Amino acid sequence: MKRVKKEKRKRRVSVLFCTLMYLFLFMPISVVVANSFNATKSKPYLSWKGFTFDWYIKLWDNTSLLQAFGNTMIIAVVSTLLATIIGTLGAVGIYRYKFKGKGLINGLLYIPVVIPEIVIGIALLTIFSKVNIPRGMLTLILAHVSFCVPFVIFNVRARLSGYDNSIEEASMDLGANRLVTFFEITLPVLAPGIAGGALLAFTLSIDDVIISYFVNGQTKTYPLKVMESIKSGVSPDVNALSTLILIGTVVLVALTQSGILSGGHKKPE
Amino acid sequence: MEKKKSKHEFRGNTLPALVTVGPVTLLLLGLVLAPLIFVLVMSFCSTDEFYNVVYRFTAENYSKLVSPDYMKIYGQSLLIAFLTTVVCILLGYPFSYIIARTKNKKKKLLYMLVIIPFWTNSLIRIYGWRTFLGNSGWLNSLLLKLQIVSEPVDFLYKTGTTVLGMVYCLIPFMILPLYTAIEKLDGSLLEASGDLGARPIRTLFEIIIPLTSSGIFSGSIMVFIPCLGYFFVSNILGGGNTDMIGNLIERQFKSANNWPLGAALSIILILVTLILVKAYQKAGGDMDSLGL
Repeated sequence: MKRVKKEKRKRRVSVLFCTLMYLFLFMPISVVVANSFNATKSKPYLSWKGFTFDWYIKLWDNTSLLQAFGNTMIIAVVSTLLATIIGTLGAVGIYRYKFKGKGLINGLLYIPVVIPEIVIGIALLTIFSKVNIPRGMLTLILAHVSFCVPFVIFNVRARLSGYDNSIEEASMDLGANRLVTFFEITLPVLAPGIAGGALLAFTLSIDDVIISYFVNGQTKTYPLKVMESIKSGVSPDVNALSTLILIGTVVLVALTQSGILSGGHKKPE
Repeated sequence: MEKKKSKHEFRGNTLPALVTVGPVTLLLLGLVLAPLIFVLVMSFCSTDEFYNVVYRFTAENYSKLVSPDYMKIYGQSLLIAFLTTVVCILLGYPFSYIIARTKNKKKKLLYMLVIIPFWTNSLIRIYGWRTFLGNSGWLNSLLLKLQIVSEPVDFLYKTGTTVLGMVYCLIPFMILPLYTAIEKLDGSLLEASGDLGARPIRTLFEIIIPLTSSGIFSGSIMVFIPCLGYFFVSNILGGGNTDMIGNLIERQFKSANNWPLGAALSIILILVTLILVKAYQKAGGDMDSLGL
């Protein structure tokens, strides 16, 4: 009897603690979402002046913000694509072949993961300026590819560790060449790891502030636009765009989780 | 026969190895190793009166690094990073534990709810905190309305505010490895410990925490190190009162235009990272659990 009571109290404490934690996690987002519907006109856009959709309509006139968002999407798509191709090939190659300098490559992979982003940012800035690559879209994409590739490799590698080489041998014994075997056998087996790595690369790219801040030149991305606007107080149309992006990502991930995008692949429970 | 085989091996393996490993090698050498070596070189250079980098060896940047003003900021950085890590463990551990030990279908939902907030840009979330905590923000309005305070409380621009922002940004990096470690924990061990008469607190310190320490270690590394470089959090929430080494570096590159000095400051961050990662490996930490 006493034990049941104790369990009940323990449960209540857990629920309370979790509720508080979720409140903490969602608090600033609710500020952003609420202010995107706030009918206030005066800075700093704090007090609640009633509900409006105005900011979502005004957003379409803010061409520089929309252009920055467009840049972010282009950079994210291109660098995810490149990072996924380079990373998948690299993971397979590193796993399969022996070559000189393998230890060095393996070690270098961890650098973008552990070193503070600001160091990566300034290091890329100094080298780009030394070799005279004009800063802009190109340098942003190069930078994003470089910090995304390790994450793709780790995801694909996790998939490779349980990989049975004999199915490839079987494929080749049955007369398929290397390329056919790679596309027909290797890739499908690795697909979930590749998809996971690509999704991670994409989210890392659209959210990146620190590294982009150093290598962007005159090109603005959406996070950099936000950074710029913070000095003068973030305007509600930025909140509106952020809300739309949040909804977009939630939908995207809900689709992935339910297996529509990952080709119906589901882990057994 | 032997020769023929090796020729076959060459044709068979060199080309695919080159195609697969070549691009990533080029990328890592050109965009990771070379830039970092160049930062080291630059840290020994100086600038002329037009802020151009002069490539002549000097150690003067390093002698500037030990100035009392900078020392104070290193201390502040370590303090903020340390407090952030401790708070992340104290909040993240019980939270991950509860989620990881949830048995029914809710588990996945609870887990996703942790990640969703982090799909909104980190800057805008930190700005959300500033809006919430500001003098005319939600929290102060609430406190005034409830007549708990008679004047707005200054929550902003304090060490605690910056720590709050850092915890907020970095806590997922603590929760994810903890969650993984706790999920692997064998429930029957806890029952055994209880059946043998250990009180829950003893089970916690002698069974649960030792068995999940790998998660605490990797989480701490992934919170402490980036914290030193998150200059925008202390910019937005600390308002210049809680500058960290990241802010010093940012200023050298963005406003003071003394790149060599900024490079030397970055070398400190690189060294701190190397030392902590080495210590982590010595303690038996697995590098692969540092990913995401």
